[in-house]
Amino acid sequence: MATLDDTAPVTTEPTTTEPATSGARGPGRARRSRSWWQPAIVFLLVIGVWYLVAVYYDRVKELSWVVPYPHLVLHEMFLNPAFTTPLVDDLVQTSIVTGTGLGVAVVIGGLWAVLMSQARWLEQSLYPYAVILQTIPILAIVPLIGTIFGYEFTSRAIVTVMIALFPLVSNTLFGLQSVDRAQRELFRLQGAGRWTTLTKLQFPAALPAIFVGLRTAAGLAVIGAIVGDQFFQRGTPGLGVLIQVSNARLNGPGTYAAILTASLLGVAVFLLFGLLGRLAIGKWFDFT
Amino acid sequence: MSTVTPVEDVGERSAAAVLLDFRDVSMQFPDGTRALTGVDLTVARGEFVSVVGPSGCGKSTLLRIASGLEHASGGTTAVASRRIGYVFQDATLLPWRSVRRNVELLAELHRMPKAERAARTAAAVDLVGLTGFEKHLPRQLSGGMRMRVSLARSLTLDPELFLFDEPFGALDEITRERLNDELLRLFVRQGFAGLFITHSVAEAVYLSTKVVVMSGRPGSIVGTFRVPFDLPRDPDLRFTAEYAALVGEISHALREAHS
Repeated sequence: MATLDDTAPVTTEPTTTEPATSGARGPGRARRSRSWWQPAIVFLLVIGVWYLVAVYYDRVKELSWVVPYPHLVLHEMFLNPAFTTPLVDDLVQTSIVTGTGLGVAVVIGGLWAVLMSQARWLEQSLYPYAVILQTIPILAIVPLIGTIFGYEFTSRAIVTVMIALFPLVSNTLFGLQSVDRAQRELFRLQGAGRWTTLTKLQFPAALPAIFVGLRTAAGLAVIGAIVGDQFFQRGTPGLGVLIQVSNARLNGPGTYAAILTASLLGVAVFLLFGLLGRLAIGKWFDFT
Repeated sequence: MSTVTPVEDVGERSAAAVLLDFRDVSMQFPDGTRALTGVDLTVARGEFVSVVGPSGCGKSTLLRIASGLEHASGGTTAVASRRIGYVFQDATLLPWRSVRRNVELLAELHRMPKAERAARTAAAVDLVGLTGFEKHLPRQLSGGMRMRVSLARSLTLDPELFLFDEPFGALDEITRERLNDELLRLFVRQGFAGLFITHSVAEAVYLSTKVVVMSGRPGSIVGTFRVPFDLPRDPDLRFTAEYAALVGEISHALREAHS
């Protein structure tokens, strides 16, 4: 058995195990620990400016509900049971609509992309509709959706699906088509069929792009759920209605608390899918 | 349009011996480009044939026809075995699969039973000397090691005819020489026939029992050289005068074909 001379320099070559992993982790950790205080300073500045503007509205214009003090917003968010309880309920409702819409969009978007990846003519026939979906102003057809599907959960979910769908379709398709020619031929030479090629080659190769799409779509799905709320207010709507109602009642802190909660939901789903992406493919792909 | 048919009678050689028989093969792509013209080429059991020529002379096309990825537009192409290994220019590993799972891939695509697949995978990993690296991912490996994985992957199918499309072209000199030694060792031990595309005359002579020189596009064969050195070969063969003389002779023929 010949010796493995070219395997020996594993520990010294930059492309091999040890430097690769330590290189990926080391600077990352260092960067994180170095940079946490920079956003923190920005955060403090924003809060400071907010207080100044709030003082202006409170003392000078005497319209304190337009820009309420940050601590009042926090109080409304966490410590006022009369508001905190509906806030949490609505957060749950909005999360359900977001999750449902996103789930349906993932299935539809995935199938749509897989179908398009199967033949050039299918792609040419179907892709324009993905673009059109992206370009129709959702708000323009919202009344129609209400008329057809009612003013409850179904319509809220449909709006969410429509807003979240495009990044899923386009990223999944891009990912499925990203497989290089030699890899396809490798499969062809073994007589692999479409299904085998799809499941063992194209789909895994598409995962990085799919997760990019998922993360974008998740953020959009939250927007979709909020927009849906504002138009379809029957049944058990979520944060979108809470924002409107609080605003109508001149409840400044409540309005801000609901907006902040909706924003945090968006950030949370973005981080969640970033985390899921790293768990799923982080071993072989630098998903950031 | 030519078809791939089993070799029944190929003249002086017995049917069992010739694995690949190309007669007057030509290739014209739909866009009108002529890649090959009048190519006669045989590869018999026990032979390792290298094809040298400049980039773009249709060497790779020859291999793609042999593998069935393309069909020749003229002439007859006969490939007598279904057990064909194909090694691409890149290692073409699946980055999400470990070394073991990558080596296992082709056997998996052929729906081999699990136990047999595992046995063949382990044997192939051992043959290319990657034991201990089974759980590594491709991105943790050097270029030479990735190419070994690629070799092992084809070895699981126990090919009778092994096609190589400039597999070591992207590697550094030292790694390339080492892999040449490994490949020769595998050739002697596994007994497959080889058809090897390269632009390096030195590599071709070191590896082969026969070197074929191709002209520029459209590619045709302008010279065939027997390599007389015994197998297995000593790496120091590269420093002998006979080796240098043959490399010189073939390089000369190559230059003449392209002047």
